[in-house]
Amino acid sequence: MDTIEQVGSRTLTPQGQAKDDGGTPALAVKDLRKSFGNQKVLNGVSLTVARGETLAVLGRSGTGKSVMLRIIIGLEQPDSGSVWIHGEGIAGLALDQMGEIRKKMGFLFQHAALYDSMTVEQNVAFPLEHHKREMSESERHDRVQALLAEVGMEGDLAKMPSDISGGMQKRVGLARALALEPDILLLDEPTAGLDPISSGEIDDLVLRLQEEHQMASVVVTHDLHSAKTIANRLALLNEGNVVIDGTFEDLQKSDIEFVREFLKHS
Amino acid sequence: MHAPPPGLQAPGQPATVNSSAGPIDPFHGFSQFLEWFGDLGIFFWRVVRAAVTPPFEFREFFRQLDEIGSKSLPLVALAGAATGIVLSLEARYSLTRFGAKSLLPAAIVFSVIHEMGPIITGLVVSGRVGAGIGAELASMKVTEQIDAIEASAVNPYRLLAATRILACILMLPLLTLAADACGLLTGWAAQALAEPLSLHQFITSGFKGADFNDFLPPTFKTAVFGLIIGLIACFQGMRTQGGAAGVGRAATSSVVLSSLFVILADVVLVKLILIFFP
Repeated sequence: MDTIEQVGSRTLTPQGQAKDDGGTPALAVKDLRKSFGNQKVLNGVSLTVARGETLAVLGRSGTGKSVMLRIIIGLEQPDSGSVWIHGEGIAGLALDQMGEIRKKMGFLFQHAALYDSMTVEQNVAFPLEHHKREMSESERHDRVQALLAEVGMEGDLAKMPSDISGGMQKRVGLARALALEPDILLLDEPTAGLDPISSGEIDDLVLRLQEEHQMASVVVTHDLHSAKTIANRLALLNEGNVVIDGTFEDLQKSDIEFVREFLKHS
Repeated sequence: MHAPPPGLQAPGQPATVNSSAGPIDPFHGFSQFLEWFGDLGIFFWRVVRAAVTPPFEFREFFRQLDEIGSKSLPLVALAGAATGIVLSLEARYSLTRFGAKSLLPAAIVFSVIHEMGPIITGLVVSGRVGAGIGAELASMKVTEQIDAIEASAVNPYRLLAATRILACILMLPLLTLAADACGLLTGWAAQALAEPLSLHQFITSGFKGADFNDFLPPTFKTAVFGLIIGLIACFQGMRTQGGAAGVGRAATSSVVLSSLFVILADVVLVKLILIFFP
């Protein structure tokens, strides 16, 4: 297995500010490039996320934010560049080897991607059934109930995904993403398409889960308010490059034209 | 963006020039065909590798046995029964004309178990199961459910494809037996309505001179049909792109391609059976 080289790492200070410490980051991407036909979506993106840190990735539509998340979890292959999970490179891993890495990661899809032929309970139980085979039926049921209680959905176990709202689907998706107790959480537009109250509830939920579980999180979003609420650090992408990577205050102080334009319209 | 297939240019557009992409490549369709086969081969290899390595998805496999086997049984039985009647009526007419009416039971039995039962089962299952698997997996693909399975560290080739393909392989010969039985029963019934003939007489006369080589190879060749139907339907479903239209295309192409390949495979298999089981 490869080991990580020359990728900086950060940990959080008690004030929640990230700082470099020279150790191994929970998650790092280095010089990531990806094109679809003639369209370059990622053009050399490098980012690191420490344990306990939340990085919000912002940018216009089509700048490759979601593609980056899909590359991190191995659903897309980059044209070049590398992804490191706890210091292990994931390039060239077979599907089953990648599965071992994926057990350490939770992924919330933009549209939740719940299994539409399964109930809410079965959706959340799915990763447990496949990876915690030693669990008894009742232990699994208790664990699913606890996960759904954590996201405020404990009363909807028997409902089908089509019977619940978009916000509720995202909550269930989040419960499913947390089922294997991941130490890296990837959230693709967790508040997209939701009303302001539901968005606020999802933000509070992510923030609370973050505080309780101390995961390294990457949140892709268009919503600057949401990013400011839940993230320690923000990275702004434009034309496949990271324009700025810092705190919200760093973005506010920036003289970069694109950053100012983005903040003005957010 | 893919170029339009040859022959689909707008009316009036020169046949040899594509306005946006330069001259049309006359080998485009052929190279796409080869590419499809290459992708199918890679897909098959991944499924085989997933199927032979643990953990095994027994629960999903048994669910698919029910979905593909039990739920196809009424349709297959009906198709087999209809085939038996038609075969009986047609054979009676032809053999009576040529003065060979005594061969009627044997003609029906041999036609049903050698060819009609297996091919009718293959085509009926490719219609019902091929469309079902193609549409189900395509719908899961476009709604990112297959990605969600993969993101949950579960191998979708093992959970979705291997279970369905193995269920098709196992169920096709069993469904063929059902189609054969229904075809023979209705073939006899049609005969009995025309002139008195007991079932025992029909069976004794029909199977006279028949041995296991007449029965087993044609029945077990349908396992190959099952492989073709399951493989093509899973492949077309799991590579779908493009929303509801993509789901429709996947369902249609699953049925069309699996039926086509079942018929082509039958040609080859019949020849091989005649060579190895004369």
